[in-house]
Order: sequence, then structure tokens, then C-alpha cells
Amino acid sequence: MGWAIALHGGAGDIPRSLSPDRRLPREAALRHCLQLGVSALQSHAHPLDVVELVVCELENHPQFNAGKGSVLTTDGTVEMEACIMDGKTMRCGAVSGLTTVVNAVSVARLVMDKTPHIYLGFQGAEAFAREHGLETVDPSHFITPENIERLKQAKEANRVQQDEKSEVLAANGGSGDSQIGTVGCVAVDRDGNLATATSTGGLVNKMVGRIGDTPVIGAGTYANSYCAVSATGRGEAVIRATVARDVAALMEYKGLSLQEAAAYVVGERVPQGTAGLVAVSASGEVTMPFNTTGMFRACATEDGYTEIGIWPTEQE
Amino acid sequence: MGWAIALHGGAGDIPRSLSPDRRLPREAALRHCLQLGVSALQSHAHPLDVVELVVRELENHPQFNAGKGSVLTTDGTVEMEACIMDGKTMRCGAVSGLTTVVNAVSVARLVMDKTPHIYLGFQGAEAFAREHGLETVDPSHFITPENIERLKQAKEANRVQVIAQQIDYTQPIKQDEKSEVLAATGGSGDSQIGTVGCVAVDRDGNLATATSTGGLVNKMVGRIGDTPVIGAGTYANSYCAVSATGRGEAVIRATVARDVAALMEYKGLSLQEAAAYVVGERVPQGTAGLVAVSASGEVTMPFNTTGMFRACATEDGYTEIGIWPTEQE
Repeated sequence: MGWAIALHGGAGDIPRSLSPDRRLPREAALRHCLQLGVSALQSHAHPLDVVELVVCELENHPQFNAGKGSVLTTDGTVEMEACIMDGKTMRCGAVSGLTTVVNAVSVARLVMDKTPHIYLGFQGAEAFAREHGLETVDPSHFITPENIERLKQAKEANRVQQDEKSEVLAANGGSGDSQIGTVGCVAVDRDGNLATATSTGGLVNKMVGRIGDTPVIGAGTYANSYCAVSATGRGEAVIRATVARDVAALMEYKGLSLQEAAAYVVGERVPQGTAGLVAVSASGEVTMPFNTTGMFRACATEDGYTEIGIWPTEQE
Repeated sequence: MGWAIALHGGAGDIPRSLSPDRRLPREAALRHCLQLGVSALQSHAHPLDVVELVVRELENHPQFNAGKGSVLTTDGTVEMEACIMDGKTMRCGAVSGLTTVVNAVSVARLVMDKTPHIYLGFQGAEAFAREHGLETVDPSHFITPENIERLKQAKEANRVQVIAQQIDYTQPIKQDEKSEVLAATGGSGDSQIGTVGCVAVDRDGNLATATSTGGLVNKMVGRIGDTPVIGAGTYANSYCAVSATGRGEAVIRATVARDVAALMEYKGLSLQEAAAYVVGERVPQGTAGLVAVSASGEVTMPFNTTGMFRACATEDGYTEIGIWPTEQE
């Protein structure tokens, strides 16, 4: 039983034709974030600190849909949300509707550590972050040209991203760049301490005020003494299926293994093409199932296993 | 297999010394809302419409913590949230941070019916409600003198209501200081806390749930509780419909509503067994209660607090209205 870590940069319709200039930087980021997390675990950092550290790094990367690089609301603004949970104590923190705070996951951590609450939203969350001296910037900091373009295309298609894939691909000018979903990280140390964190800008062209699965404990994020889970995909589908909670519930209530539980939830409980997740168990197992075309992901275990990928490996 | 309905007006440290002027209006409201729901089911209304109707009525009642009569944030304002879910389709809707809309549960219903989303919060939710013509009022409409007093007491006690194992949204004290608070509140011992909610099932096994709340007394501005968190305070699928109440943070951690259904599905427990287990073993004593109905028309209303304002009825004639545990419990 050793440590294990897994992280994701979003699941979705990521076409195999993804151009190198869009694929390589993301693969490099996954590799970099994985190494950050592995080093922290090797230095005996607590999994809560590990997942926060890794998710902050993913938030700062402009090509993932969280922090800088978040997709835009229908008003062309950014509204970020995040969540963090500790498996042993089941303490958790969540935020929605952040517009100026550089690292949403750190606000979620502070809500968990410094308030009697779990979840703060919008202006209240922003005020809380400022009171605690978290770094804030002008809202324009988070907006990237790619996301301005995505919003334009989504409006032209007159629908929220994620349906009628081929039309969207065409609308994207064939780039097929489907940077969607979320970022997240799960980790377990040698003592079985589990933690998870997820962060996102949400859904392209979402209604102002729309909250997805990420900050909904039990949907996009969940950890207890059995496992830690971070999900990604179509937020509404992940909420209905209470994806993260169900992985743990299947382990506890039906005695399934981590892999069996996760595969079942992703394979049978959400519609095809809508979800993926990363999860680790108390005994150091790791799994990264997805039912979408691809999922930006990486994992490593203490016994030396490492995987970085986007599309299914041949065995899958 | 017939219809069944259950509703609650909040679980918490409701003292048996609750004065008649505070107990009787609530019992009458529970009776009235139960009858509304029963009549609707007898008229073959869909459970989604039934739970929305009943929760709207509870929201409008000023002595329950939802809509008018909502507890106040630390700034003295009202921020309301609600949730609704359909068991058969698992469509759902949720809202948080409403300040002017008269019936939060109806906004949640509209989010479910009229948008590609599930959950809208704060200004976005308010704007959406207005666009759809829902009734809005000045924020002061929701504020009652009782809640201004409760906030004052909570601030004097200098802590958020409901700490640790205690669940008392109105009394800023531990169990041994109850007498001081009772004195401070003029002996009323009024513990109107929690949430309001309703679950219903019709003869065809269609299940629905709805929950609505003003949240926690003296809560931080922007604090979201369990009510709009699908799987925590509200959940329905083909097995059952659940609406929970109590200490929001505890209900979220324990994913109360989802776990009742998960235990039925994954462990084969009955509705009563699953609900009793969740309330008895998965949340700290004194922090939660729930109402639930199953697809086959069973009903259960467990709670681990001093009391829970509740009522239920089934097609075969069973009716119950109560606040404290019945002798069998």
C-alpha cells in the first residue's frame, strides 16, 4: 500500500485530429502537474495539500477550463467554481461564481478551514476571499482569445456546447478543440489519507449564475474513507447521477472494487459521451475511466506505474 | 399500491415547552398543507405539481424557515434557496441566493423545465425569475420580527447557530444554557429552524420531491446549505423521493437524500430501513431529519433531533401530524 495520485484536465469530445500545437502543451502540463504532485507525496505532504497544489497549477494553465482559460458565460464573463474534500474527516469546501480570484480551489480550501460552512457563492465568496487576502485580479485576466472564439461559435450554433458534436466540430473550423469539462486531482498517501479537488469555468455559453457539478458535493467531487473522486464532463449529467458519491457508495454498499465501481458508474449511470473521472482508493489503487472520446489525464503510483494520456489506451 | 405524501417544516431542537401560540399555528399549517397535497393527489395531479404546490404554501407561511419567515444572514438580509426533482426522469432544478422572488421552489421548477441547466444562483437566478414573470417583492417582505430577534440573539452569542452536535437554528446556546435563552426569548423557546419540504408518489409510482429554505441564522452572506445540493437535502429516483432538513453542513457531508435511495438500490434495504439507518448512523445526533416516500407508496419520517414539524398521509387512510417523537419511536 503506497501513495497514488491521478489528475485530469477535462473529458469530452477531444478529436484524435487535435493539432500538435494544442495537444503538446496540454500533455506537457499534465506531465508537469503529475510531477509536482508526485514530488509532494514523496515529501510526505498531506493529500489535501497535494490536490490543492496540483489544481492551482492546472487553474493557472490557460489551456484548461479552470482559472485562466475558463470558458465564458453567455455574457462573455468568467464565473469559476471549485471544491475540495478530505476523505478521513469528510470536511469539505466549495465555491461558485468567482470572478476575480486567481485560484478558486484555494478559496474552497479556506471555506473548509476557516468557516463553519461548506459552500459560499458569488459576491459572498468573493468578499470572503478578499478578506482572507487571496490574490485577485481584473476579471479580464482569465479570458483567453480561444474562449472568446468558442463563445462566438457556440452562439452561432445557438446552443450550449456538448451536443450535436459534428456540427460543433465544423463550427470550430475543424480544429475540433474540445477543451471542456474541468480540472481535478485525487491523491492518497501511505496511511490511506484521501483527498480530492476539482475546479472549473463551467459550460461554454452557460447562463449567468449557472452552477455545475464541480461544487456539488457527491456529484463532481467526493471523498470518504473508501476513495477520492473527481469527475468531469457534462455537469448536468454528473449531478443527476451523483457520480462521485456513487463510486464510493458502490464500494461500501455493494463491495465493488474501485475499478469496478468507477467503471460501472461511468459505463452505466451516465449517458454515453457525458462523463469521466479520476479516483484513488485508500489502498493506493487508481482508475481513470471515461465514456467520452477522450480525457486529458495522468496518474502515478508509488510502485512506479505512470500514465499520461488523452484517448483510450489500446486495452480499453 | 396507492398514493402517499409527506411534508416537513424543519427538524431541530424544538422544545416540548413550545408555547401554544407558536405550536398551534404551525400544526394548523401542517394540517392545511397536508390536505392541499392530499386533495391534489386525489385529483390525479402529478407528484411534481403536488410537491411544488405544497412547498409554495409552506414558503408563504411566515412561521417556517422558507420564503416569508426565512431566517436572516449576518447582514440581516434574506437569501433563499430551493430544489425540486422528478424521480422517473431524474430531471431536477435548484436555485440559491434569491432575495426578491416570492416562491423559490417555483424558480427551481422553471430552471428544470425551461433551461438546459439544473442550478442557478444569485443574480443570475433573480434575473431568470424576472424574465419568466415570477412574482417578486421588496426584500423586506420576507423579514419577520421573530427573525430579526433571532439574528440579534445569535450575534449576541457571537457564533453561528447550530454548532457541533447541537441543532438549534434559533437558540444560540448549548443544551445546558437553554433556560437562559428561553428567558431571553421571553420563555417562548421557539425553535423554528431547518427547511420545508414535501415528497409525493402517485398510484403509478411517479415520485417527486421539493425542498425550500432561508438557510442558517446568522449565516455568512453567500452561504449555500444542503437544500439545493442534489443528493444532500433533495433527491428522487425510481426508488424513492427524499427531502431532508437539519444542520445543512452535516446533511451535505452525509449525502443524506442520495444515500437513502442508494441503500435501497445497492443493499436492498426497505425505505424505512434505509432512512432510519441514514438518520441514525450517518449524521451526528441532533443534526437531521427527513421525509421520504417509496415507489410502492410507503412513507417514513425519521429524525434524530428533539423534534421535526411533519405530516403525512397515504391512500389507504393513514394520517400523521406531529412535532415530537410518537410513543413508539
